[in-house]
Amino acid sequence: MAEVQEITIRDTAAQAETAAQSLPPAEELQDMQGEKMVLNMGPSHPSTHGVLRIILELDGEIITKAIPDVGYLHRGDEKIAENMTYTQFIPYTDRLDYLAPLANNVAYALAVEKLLGIHDKLPPRCQYLRVICCELARISSHLLGVGCFAMDVGAMTVFLLTFTEREKIYNLAEALSGARFTTSYTRIGGVSRDTPPGWCAAVRKFINEVVVNINEVETLLTRNKIWVDRTKDVGVISKADAIDFGLSGPNLRGSGVNYDLRKDQPYLCYKDLQFDVPLGEVGDCYDRYLLRMEEMRQSVRLIHQCLDKIPGGFDNASKEPVNVADGKIVLPPKNKVMSSMEELIHQFMLVTQGVNCPPGEVYFGHENPKGELGFYIHSRGGGTPYRMKIRSPSFVNLSILSHLLPGHMMSDTVAILGSFDFVMGECDR
Amino acid sequence: MNATELANKLHEKFGELVSAPVEFRGEISVKVADAERIVEVSAFAKKELGFDCLVDASSLDNYGEDPRWTVVYHLYGIASKQYLRLSVSVTEEKSELPTVTTVWRTADWHEREIYDMMGIRFRSHPDLRRILMWEGYPYFPLRKDFPLAGKPSDLPEVAFSKPAPLEGGPFVTAPGGKDSIEREPRVKTFEG
Repeated sequence: MAEVQEITIRDTAAQAETAAQSLPPAEELQDMQGEKMVLNMGPSHPSTHGVLRIILELDGEIITKAIPDVGYLHRGDEKIAENMTYTQFIPYTDRLDYLAPLANNVAYALAVEKLLGIHDKLPPRCQYLRVICCELARISSHLLGVGCFAMDVGAMTVFLLTFTEREKIYNLAEALSGARFTTSYTRIGGVSRDTPPGWCAAVRKFINEVVVNINEVETLLTRNKIWVDRTKDVGVISKADAIDFGLSGPNLRGSGVNYDLRKDQPYLCYKDLQFDVPLGEVGDCYDRYLLRMEEMRQSVRLIHQCLDKIPGGFDNASKEPVNVADGKIVLPPKNKVMSSMEELIHQFMLVTQGVNCPPGEVYFGHENPKGELGFYIHSRGGGTPYRMKIRSPSFVNLSILSHLLPGHMMSDTVAILGSFDFVMGECDR
Repeated sequence: MNATELANKLHEKFGELVSAPVEFRGEISVKVADAERIVEVSAFAKKELGFDCLVDASSLDNYGEDPRWTVVYHLYGIASKQYLRLSVSVTEEKSELPTVTTVWRTADWHEREIYDMMGIRFRSHPDLRRILMWEGYPYFPLRKDFPLAGKPSDLPEVAFSKPAPLEGGPFVTAPGGKDSIEREPRVKTFEG
């Protein structure tokens, strides 16, 4: 009777050793290895989150060199800004980080208001509205970041779950500003219009629902063995590297650096609100994923506080102003324009020449969901900037790729790109 | 230690090279007189004053003035939570200054973008080539003498230059041809 042979792991390991002994000697192996392969992870690729091209040099599956090639979405926003008034440039800011347009609008408006010297004198209702917009944009961007990250790694359901919630944010943005996507909501000195009746109640309803969804995504991913194996200890960025390469936002905090502009350089009404800033430990893809999940919960917490404290209440029964009361900055009400000389002149000057800013230069960094979105405006007086530089977080975050990718396997590239959560519209401007 | 004090320390250490700090809207700016010594000043700012993060490096075209270029560095200290702006002037004849990638590695891509958009070169940069425009693009778009509408230029050789099948669309008939069968578009083969 033949004996049934038990196959155990130890057996196969032992066999592997004997197999290794039968390999040709080292000198012959060298000849067999051949050249490295150059692979173009081209601009049109489902996992590169937009038009990013990476030229990879591969040794088998291990990456030995990675050269990112950006600029496929360069539209010359900085050149255009030199030819537009400050208000005319607002729609261009929507199209920078097109996944969180409300946050870009707020960042740009605050930068110009800093130049004017009114960024800390905004009416309180305006400040709370802007904070709600920024945090909604943060939730929207992180939902997409986590959803696309999971989809690229293979967990397709998460993508559909997060996009259902994002659809609700789009509906809120459409009720607020008229457009789902390219909101252009803020104006210099305030916002374009107050909230429609029932909007704040709809936001409250939404954030109660989104927490359920975030919990569901967590049950799908956080303790999922495949997810953990694909993302733990992949793409580890040390603290020193993260600071040296200028990373910001969740990518920097994932490596343990406590730098959040909302806490360190508080703007709007963030100093009156309570929230925590989650920090990672290791700086790998798993940490960055966990960080984004926790940041979404903190954003929900912030929006709850804003809705509780918003001056004027949900539907502004006490008619709080949402714009600075300065005719030289904010368009006057239309009935006054038609009947009073001063308002007519203000309207004319603001529309044709733009807000008259003093000469000088400012830099304003805003905590965008992707990182620090900074506007450096150099003004020589008048209504158009002399030079506007947009410091985009995605551009700087991508610069670490040529340092980070070598040593990883080809499939880790997708995980790393997903965990970085960059958007090419912002990177290339 | 706020930004004014840190900037004053920089001014004391370098004397004439670094101007006294100027404040506007709560931000401190200093001018560095000699572009060649920017690396020294940056290294001191990083190691001694704790400005460990280069947030942004941009360029300005002072068209019609001399020196024409101004390169502006925004520094941030994570521990001190202070911003500082360093600006440096470069003349048009020179159009060159040393790189600060040895101090902050993030300067790499920022300087490539400055080179790409303004044409200012950075000496000893590890890889100074265009980043947003394609290799071989002849102009520097952010200069004030470059028009907003752009100037015509040659694109690099495209990979595929044969006519596409159904070029012109599936419902566009070609003129001439003795009957409708000839006039209808057909998928073009490589030989036809």
